[in-house]
Amino acid sequence: MFGVVLALAIVPFAAAIASLAAPPRLAAAITMVSGIACFGLVLALIPAVAHHTLGYVSYFRVDAVSGIFMLATGFLYAAVAVYAVGYVRKETEGEDPASGRRYTARFYALFNVFGWSMLVAPMMNSLALLWIAVEVTTVVSALLVAIENSEAAVEAAWKYVLIASAGLGLALLATIFAYFAGSQVLGQHYDLALSTILQVGSRLPHTPVRFAFMLAVLGFGTKVGLFPVHTWLPDAHSEAPTPVSALLSGSLLAVSFYAILRYFQIASSTLGTGFPRDVLLAFGVASLLLAALYLLDQRDLKRLLAYSSVEHMGILAIGVSFGAPIALAGVMLHVLAHAAAKGNAFMGAGVFAIKFGSKQISAHRGAMDLLPWSGPLFLLAVLALSAMPPFGIFRSEFQIVAGGLGAHNYAAAAVLIVLVTLAFLGLSASATGILFRSRRPAEWQAVPPDVPAAVAAYPVVAGNGHAAVGSPESGSTAELAALAHAEPAPAPGRGEPSMWMVVPVLAGIVALLILGLHPPAELTELISRAVAQLRGVS
Amino acid sequence: MDPVQAPGVYQGAANVIAALMLLLEFGMLRQALIRDQIRLYAAQSALISVLAIVIAADRGIPDLYALAGLSAALKVVAVPLVVRRLLGRTGRDEAPGVAGSYTLGVANSVLGSIALAAFGFFCFNSLGIHSAAAPATALAIAGGMVLVSFGLMIVRRDVASQAIGFFSLENAISLAALVVAAELPLILETAFLFDLLVAVVVFGMLIRAHHVRSESLSTADLTRLRG
Repeated sequence: MFGVVLALAIVPFAAAIASLAAPPRLAAAITMVSGIACFGLVLALIPAVAHHTLGYVSYFRVDAVSGIFMLATGFLYAAVAVYAVGYVRKETEGEDPASGRRYTARFYALFNVFGWSMLVAPMMNSLALLWIAVEVTTVVSALLVAIENSEAAVEAAWKYVLIASAGLGLALLATIFAYFAGSQVLGQHYDLALSTILQVGSRLPHTPVRFAFMLAVLGFGTKVGLFPVHTWLPDAHSEAPTPVSALLSGSLLAVSFYAILRYFQIASSTLGTGFPRDVLLAFGVASLLLAALYLLDQRDLKRLLAYSSVEHMGILAIGVSFGAPIALAGVMLHVLAHAAAKGNAFMGAGVFAIKFGSKQISAHRGAMDLLPWSGPLFLLAVLALSAMPPFGIFRSEFQIVAGGLGAHNYAAAAVLIVLVTLAFLGLSASATGILFRSRRPAEWQAVPPDVPAAVAAYPVVAGNGHAAVGSPESGSTAELAALAHAEPAPAPGRGEPSMWMVVPVLAGIVALLILGLHPPAELTELISRAVAQLRGVS
Repeated sequence: MDPVQAPGVYQGAANVIAALMLLLEFGMLRQALIRDQIRLYAAQSALISVLAIVIAADRGIPDLYALAGLSAALKVVAVPLVVRRLLGRTGRDEAPGVAGSYTLGVANSVLGSIALAAFGFFCFNSLGIHSAAAPATALAIAGGMVLVSFGLMIVRRDVASQAIGFFSLENAISLAALVVAAELPLILETAFLFDLLVAVVVFGMLIRAHHVRSESLSTADLTRLRG
């Protein structure tokens, strides 16, 4: 198994270097191969980590909890790598070849490093190396957010890198206090290895551990998107290229949550479960409440999905706070199902953005008619996100609520149900607007042959812009007008922009169905072992 | 509870260095020119290296000499150089004014930061965390510095000061680390430092992208996205 772990730590990084030098098509192929290979490697790892914890050369430690998060990342990395083939091709269409090539090389190199850092983070044994890996995910993804180099993208990237780095500063402080706590028992010379700290958990001094846990929740929570330190998240998610948004939302947030879980393990072994659970419950409910309210009134599709991520991270935090085994199993399943569902939703949003030339929800009307695949698939993704059966999130949220009720946490379980329903309302209202409201007559018109394209397209953009001009997140009026004149969105006809952008979504639906209907035996074993580890009984 | 007694030479030196670092933090908060802010940052980083040498000598940890050298090479030389290069390439005049970039008035921001520093100091002090090696006062000062550097990022509305605020936050954490975790393995410390360098390069690239786009370092126009 050491070969598999080592390969996971090498393959994506090698792919990054290779795609920096390769021509665009080859870079796309390399990335795709690397993504699928990594998913295969993670799958190969699952049966092993479902039964015992792997540890190598004192730096690597892969247990069932890491396995879950690596599975989520591996799946999404592979799916998005396929999706990116179509996306990047569309994105660089019509640009001059040199700048298109530069964009492609940069995109794929950073994309692979991003995937690499997220796969490596859960394999780290030392809390210090875990922190470093999370920090690497931040700086790499900040560059990816800024890669379009538009005004909004640079602003979002700046906000992201500053807020997330400051948050990770607190997480570094948490790491240092965790070291201090450990050094009181283990002596000064030890390397912050998780396995060692967990062994002596019950003997650690309380104050530093408590302090470290709070700092870790706040610090890593910045990257998870917990209220009140979530403010970078909607901006970065909406301005990043869509493949990156999908990875940010499905995978990066989860990896940061993984870091919190590790501190949760340490804190519960030292302080008992009361304090860490209360902290997570408070942050979880606050995040869920904020997200549910914001979901009700969003005009930008990707921001809508970003707030939905805040919602789901809140659900994870609440699920961990319930502490019952079935709730924890729900949390683990939720990580996987959320990665697949949110990845699908973002990939759908990316197709809409390309098809209609805008991220505004009002511009996407009639998508069901115009996009024979992406329309229905987006509907399924939204239903999956809203925890409809038979998809995986239904099962996971059901388990979390059942765990809450079983642990006699009635108030929190009731709040969870109410807020999730509220979020469902917001999500489904927007999705209905996109899929089932037909386009206005002006929007339906194909370009008449005698009218110049720009003039014909103008009413479309103006009509869409109309509702959005007053909103703070929309562009300025001048910008909209410039958009209308410079690059007219071709009057959309029926058809998909690229089948590369449909296939991975189909894979995501299959994954969601498997998770919802009948999770394979290995996965169930993996989850129950992860639950045992989180409860400190294994 | 120990009776009050004068700190030893080592404790005194560590505390004095920590206090000087906090003063430099206030200097960065006040400074109007980026070039001078970078100098103050370099000075603060140099103090960290001095503290590392003091601790290494006092407690006989040879690793810390190496760390001091490495930290000096990176934070005193490389980081300021990289930041200045990245900013220098943005235009002829190296320091497009960041003087007027206060959200609050100068007096108010300094007073607010003093309050923050005091709050952080007493909070960290009341944790009662001290090991044989750790002068509790230096740790408390580090706590104050962390909060002041957050204050710096909040009250200054220009990308360069915000970046410097983040770098000095990292210095404050290094101070805390030296005091409570002096024997953290060298390999991890080295990894932290290189990670910082990567962060610096990324910050620099984004600052440059912003500067090229808006011809200023001010964040006043970065208000389109509201979370």
